[in-house]
Amino acid sequence: MFDYETLKLIWWLLVGALLIGFAIMDGHDMGVGALLPFVGKNDDERRVVINTVAPHWDGNQVWFITAGGAIFAAWPLVYATAFSGFYWAMMAVLWALFFRPVGFDYRSKVQNATWRNTWDWGLFIGGAIPPIIFGVAFGNLFLGVPFQFDDTLRSTYTGTFWALLNPFALLAGVLSLSMIVFQGANYLMIRTEGDIYKRVRTASFWSGALTFALFALAGFWLMKDIGGYAITSYIDGNALPDPLDKTVVKEVGAWMKNYSLYAWAKWVPITTFIAIVLGMLLSRLHKPGMAFIASSITCAGIIGTAGVSLFPFVMPSSSDPRSSLTIWDSASSQMTLGLMLGATVIFLPLIIVYTSWAYKVMSGKITTDFIKANDKSVY
Amino acid sequence: MISTELVDISRLQFAVTALYHFLFVPLTLGMTFMLVTMELTYLITSKQIYKDMVKFWGKLFGINFALGVTTGITMEFQFGTNWAYYSHYVGDIFGAPLAIEGLMAFFLESTFIGLFFFGWDKLSKGKHFMVTVFMAIGSNLSALWILIANGWMQNPVGSEFSFTTMRMEMSDFWAIVFNPVAQAKFVHTVSAGYVTASLFVLGISSYYILKGRDLEFAKRSFRMAAGFGFASALSVIVLGDESGYTVGEAQQTKLAAMEAMWHTEAAPAGFTLFAIPNEETQSNDYEISIPYVMGLIGTRSLTKTIPGIIEIKAKNRERIINGEIAVKALEALRKNKNDAAALVLFNGHKEDLGFGLLLKKYTEDVSAATPAMIQLAVDSTVPKVAPMFFGFRIMVVLGFGMLALFSLALLYSIKGTFFHKRWLLRWAVLFIPAPWIAMELGWVVAEYGRQPWSIYGVLPTHLSASSLTPANVYGSLAGFVTFYTVLLIIEMYLMLKYTRMGPSSLGTGRYHNENPAAA
Repeated sequence: MFDYETLKLIWWLLVGALLIGFAIMDGHDMGVGALLPFVGKNDDERRVVINTVAPHWDGNQVWFITAGGAIFAAWPLVYATAFSGFYWAMMAVLWALFFRPVGFDYRSKVQNATWRNTWDWGLFIGGAIPPIIFGVAFGNLFLGVPFQFDDTLRSTYTGTFWALLNPFALLAGVLSLSMIVFQGANYLMIRTEGDIYKRVRTASFWSGALTFALFALAGFWLMKDIGGYAITSYIDGNALPDPLDKTVVKEVGAWMKNYSLYAWAKWVPITTFIAIVLGMLLSRLHKPGMAFIASSITCAGIIGTAGVSLFPFVMPSSSDPRSSLTIWDSASSQMTLGLMLGATVIFLPLIIVYTSWAYKVMSGKITTDFIKANDKSVY
Repeated sequence: MISTELVDISRLQFAVTALYHFLFVPLTLGMTFMLVTMELTYLITSKQIYKDMVKFWGKLFGINFALGVTTGITMEFQFGTNWAYYSHYVGDIFGAPLAIEGLMAFFLESTFIGLFFFGWDKLSKGKHFMVTVFMAIGSNLSALWILIANGWMQNPVGSEFSFTTMRMEMSDFWAIVFNPVAQAKFVHTVSAGYVTASLFVLGISSYYILKGRDLEFAKRSFRMAAGFGFASALSVIVLGDESGYTVGEAQQTKLAAMEAMWHTEAAPAGFTLFAIPNEETQSNDYEISIPYVMGLIGTRSLTKTIPGIIEIKAKNRERIINGEIAVKALEALRKNKNDAAALVLFNGHKEDLGFGLLLKKYTEDVSAATPAMIQLAVDSTVPKVAPMFFGFRIMVVLGFGMLALFSLALLYSIKGTFFHKRWLLRWAVLFIPAPWIAMELGWVVAEYGRQPWSIYGVLPTHLSASSLTPANVYGSLAGFVTFYTVLLIIEMYLMLKYTRMGPSSLGTGRYHNENPAAA
């Protein structure tokens, strides 16, 4: 069917697509969680906010689980190196995510203000912390991560957790959070009315503006100051993956190379900027549905820009550059990539169809009257 | 050298988080199909009480499900965070079923569970029923794929080692899917899940009947659980027994350990009802044995023998010595891929590579392994007999106890007198924890029984861990224990609260303690 090199490239696109799916779908309910304590001023209002995503958060979370599974299957070395290297960051994501299923399901099962308020802040943690950490992790990919392989391809991470919290990575973390809040606010505008609608509309504007500013700042910083990585040896995309079989150098501006190499590449960040502005404009014009599409394109554009800039790197190593992981030398076998492609081609369209149906069934504004009328059966 | 402390603490963390996750999974697997059955009855009869049953048992199911989801993410993360070398070494095979599980099963289950809870007023009766069906199929399919992954760890078929990429690579996907160990495990595990759900409903319904409340609701639930549970308990015992244990060496080693079979006996072997195993003397200090039975259930034949521990170890000694050569040849090949002599040597011994790697626990340079080290490696190839022997027996006793309970519950359901049999109702309440104990022991027998391997015969557990410091893992383990303890207390609190409220928690005004005027 496809040769090995093409499959490796397709899987780079598919992992990107799954991450984008995660940002759009799980992103909007994480955004809802991050906004929850601020846009819901009393219990009824908070229940309105929570119930906009009540039937969907669990399905959305599977984008995350599937993206993780796909990285495991398609890029085992990336999965192994990143998850063990970013050990405490991963634990923090995991523990923050703990608050979501129980927060959603348990919050309204007890009639007690302290109980409910505690879970609301739990949902806030579950919505705000993971995007920040993912952003920080992405930021560190640009800087390079201190790890190396031995002869048996066992990876050792030589940095500390605190080293991950450098200024550029923190900027990326805040960018990621503001993008997710932008997405969540636009979604909430579709599903709410009255006071909550007014508050999330304001949040949409300011998170959009912040996303724009931080995205521009990150790009500028990358161009001027951050040392990128470049492969200096011959790349054979069809070769059996061996990350130690190459040479890599570090140079300032290397992350901009793809933009001069491929004319279409610059359209990814340009589209992103346009989408942010359109999203802000559309939410001002009370067109939340269109604004949500614009912020979804924003999510795709920001992740896409990161992917295009890093290409073909996935996880560069700062301490031993030749150990860097690229899409050519961290992939699974040709058989596994082909098989997984087949599974994705069959199931992903089905998933999109039934997820859309689920949103259609549950569509419409959630109101405080609805919450009161269904006190025992909604969250 | 990898620190033994690091490996041990990583194993402990994996065991704690897996056993904890497994507290919630079986009930989910079984409850989804119980809910399908209840809703089908509602669809056919249009009686409100069946809809209330789906909603109330669904509420308890939801409380359980939330923690299943919470603790499930840990499992997916943990291969990467704590077992990085494992993830690299076998990700080409092991990752695929996990990813397919997400695409095929998790999405289905998780999308439709939302509609199950919130779609009652938005969907027609028929459509809502289909939603429940998809939810059940999704949850059970996810068990299929995770057990295909697990089955491959026990019996690694359809794959080959590549010295260039320094990992196992897939060679036959369908062999992995139709791995007999995986299929046997799937049937056994989901049936056990159905038993768990049945006993949960049976026990709680019995509690209501004993209290004399919500009788109509409880009786119907009891009868349904009795029928469902009887069929499932039978299936656990008949389909999930030791039939899978003759396939592959991992399973044979487990079988020998859990039957405390020190020596290969003439076929058909006897079944050891009870024994006091002695690791020192490699024999049983005391045993009661029933002739022929073990050979029959283990091999389904009168002539096949079942290998004993001492014979298994003797064979493994040869494989370790062969494996030493494979490890040395591999090391040469990693330094120079074109080393023709090393390649010939490697190809001649690669079947035993994994056994050679066992020595890495004792020495960095396996060719310098002393006879004492080899002996340690040989002894490590069979797990300790006592936990396997007793773990398995307690599980089996509980299994037969549950079968007896369900048989009587079904019998008296048919006779229509079960609600007068207070002893039966009390038994059902007392037995609620039984399936959980049995399932956790089953996990221990299956996974502890696979030691010292993470992938049997391929990759020792000792080499599978991430390059972390023990302090990191102590820290995260402390975090997990704290979170999980708090979450369990909260979950139990809600479970008990809603069990006590019973169907009145639906707020329909039709049930115990509800004032219809106020409702």
